[in-house]
Amino acid sequence: MLGRTANGLFWMFRYLERAENTARLLEAALRMALTRDVVTAEAEWRSVIATLGLRRAFEAVHDTYDGLSVWNFVLRGPSNPGNVRAMFGGVRSNARLARINISSDVWEAVNENWMNLDRLLARPVGPTVVGEVLVAIRRAGTQVHGAFDGSMLRDEGYHFNRAGTFIERADSTARILDMKYFLLLPSLSYVGSSLDSGQWEQVLRSVAGARVYSWLNAGQIEARGIVEFLVLDERFPRSLAFCRNALRENLAAMARMHGVEGRCNALMREADTRISQLNVDQIFEAGLHEFLVDFLARNAAIAQAIAQDYRFHA
Amino acid sequence: MRGSMSAGGSNFDEMFERDGLTRPAYGEYSRWYNEQPGEFLKRKNREADDTFRRTGITFNVYGDNEAEERLIPFDMVPRIITASEWRRLSRGIEQRVRALNSFLYDLYHRQEIVRAGRLPERLLRKNDAWLANMVGFTPPGGIYTHIVGIDLVRTGPDEFFVLEDNARTPSGVSYMLENRETMMAMFPDLFSRIAVESVSNYPRRLARSLAACVPPAFTGGKPTVAVLTPGIYNSAYYEHAFLADQMGAELVEGSDLRVVGGRVQMRTTLGYKPIDVLYRRVDDDYLDPLTFNPDSALGVPGIMDVYRAGGITIANAPGTGVADDKAIYSFMPEIVEFYTGEKPLLPNVQTWRCADKDSLAYVLDNLAELVVKEVHGSGGYGMLIGPTSSKREIAAFREKLVARPSNYIAQPTLALSTCPIYTRAGLAPRHVDLRPFVLVSPDGIDITPGGLTRVALKKGSLVVNSSQGGGTKDTWVLKD
Repeated sequence: MLGRTANGLFWMFRYLERAENTARLLEAALRMALTRDVVTAEAEWRSVIATLGLRRAFEAVHDTYDGLSVWNFVLRGPSNPGNVRAMFGGVRSNARLARINISSDVWEAVNENWMNLDRLLARPVGPTVVGEVLVAIRRAGTQVHGAFDGSMLRDEGYHFNRAGTFIERADSTARILDMKYFLLLPSLSYVGSSLDSGQWEQVLRSVAGARVYSWLNAGQIEARGIVEFLVLDERFPRSLAFCRNALRENLAAMARMHGVEGRCNALMREADTRISQLNVDQIFEAGLHEFLVDFLARNAAIAQAIAQDYRFHA
Repeated sequence: MRGSMSAGGSNFDEMFERDGLTRPAYGEYSRWYNEQPGEFLKRKNREADDTFRRTGITFNVYGDNEAEERLIPFDMVPRIITASEWRRLSRGIEQRVRALNSFLYDLYHRQEIVRAGRLPERLLRKNDAWLANMVGFTPPGGIYTHIVGIDLVRTGPDEFFVLEDNARTPSGVSYMLENRETMMAMFPDLFSRIAVESVSNYPRRLARSLAACVPPAFTGGKPTVAVLTPGIYNSAYYEHAFLADQMGAELVEGSDLRVVGGRVQMRTTLGYKPIDVLYRRVDDDYLDPLTFNPDSALGVPGIMDVYRAGGITIANAPGTGVADDKAIYSFMPEIVEFYTGEKPLLPNVQTWRCADKDSLAYVLDNLAELVVKEVHGSGGYGMLIGPTSSKREIAAFREKLVARPSNYIAQPTLALSTCPIYTRAGLAPRHVDLRPFVLVSPDGIDITPGGLTRVALKKGSLVVNSSQGGGTKDTWVLKD
């Protein structure tokens, strides 16, 4: 397979994942804003922009943080080159570029969803339709992943796709956690003040984990539990541990297919050693924020090593 | 027949005789069509567009940001050719393609045709597509035009003419294939009632044909074939990806390629890997920045040296565009005769070379009746269609013509045949042409039965080019 094509496959699924995660983040904020006072709502929208790393770009064109401006900026803002509409453009142009290495089912799922979303996002998104638009974005992810699972040849291309998915997903979960880490500082719960249940639910919702967490923990709201769930629970498909496991398998499979290990495999092993020895108490002791910063840096370094090992660029 | 199409007018219609009776080729189709409920046909017509949009069969239009990708409109009434008509056509096509290839070989070697006084030398000197670096070089297998599209028009039951030869990089074959797929998906019963020659093995035939032209440096095993595309913004990118996919070939861009150890190699995830045969969909000018356009980012620096040293096969061979020139076209009857020793089976359209004084005088006197084309033009641009042009347009064109007569040829405005298209008001006649696709390899000449029928969707229009609002039809060659 061409290095350029591998790059296309990798980024096609990164953009797809990013679009889906962005939609989840907005959905959670929307729900929060609806049920809270104006001040909390504003803080919520502010944190969405901060999580996505768009503070400067947003404040260049808006003076205040209200839902309508935030979600339009994130979904389709012309001054925001990384808007969701552009992400879907990225999914599709990468799919076109790698057209001969994806199945027709995957291509058609991408193309149909792109046609639909590009139309939906061509005009300002009002409060009555935003919910519908966010569902459409999530559903696009579901459909592409479904077509992918059922029709793709399990060759190296498949693993580049999957690697893109899990690099991006881990990045997203870590960022969402990091933005709210102060809410989860154990010192608060140690001194007996209960967590703001709305806030933690919001974090869990952003990663599609609210229901399952509450089912697993019988409704117990607790910092340790949430961090353990989102960082270390290997059963939850958006946890850091799950993403790491999946990525490790993909990278190992690629190394087997190519008959040689690359720098990405070495970096992966190094990162693994660190995370597998940690329990939730140690994470808190050393600092959740510090842990997440380190995680994000290693994740990015692995992504870079994949691009180099497999000659994404000339 | 529903819609009671008027078969009047002076044009030959593919489906109806002058008195409105259905021609034999359309007998069974016509019966089928009349059995279909009107609502069903309406619904299918809408579905066709959705199918094309969903599968992404689009072409890009330059300078059109709003709709970067467009669909070529598809019409669901097939263009039907009988087995005996096809036999005649394919004999003529084969003869012409054989002559084209011998002609190209001769042009880049001893130029016997010029020595014999049958072709003026100035036509070569003035030809932009002429490549001095091809002189004295013989491409692998002696093949110049691996893939050819011959544009045919019809004016009567037995009158087919060649309108244009596309020896450089003929496009549109993906539409031939997708149109058939779409028709079979929409009307499966039609294909069980009527025996139509299959076109679907074209990509396999293309792959086989290309693999038969390996270069001297080929080391054995399975030849590595790649399709070179200018990239996803090229108007025909869909077709490039489609053909690579169907052939099981790599789809490469200039940035993927590099000359390593005397071979052109592509950057794979495992490192550089040599290519044996490159089916390039990039023009000569952009192929090698070291040899041609130094600003080209689409090509491969040094590929021409590798080519000349036998390290790679380029299809079609650089320099084949010489034969697409419309001034050369006007000599095709002589060319066919010179190289095959036979009279051409398929006639040319009568052509006046404006470089000749007498011809120019005639053309200037009759501009309102003629079609005037630039010798290097393509895509239906830069031409004058006298009968449908205003006085002002004709006057403006006259100035250009007088300023550079050798840049133009003129032809009579042909009474192109029509074929019905489906409209909301029923069937309506529209002008069509036909581009069959021909593969050439050392194993022989292989013509896929059918081709691309292009149709002018505007009533009365003679311009079938997709860039100017033309559409396409599925083309059927009936089995005996």
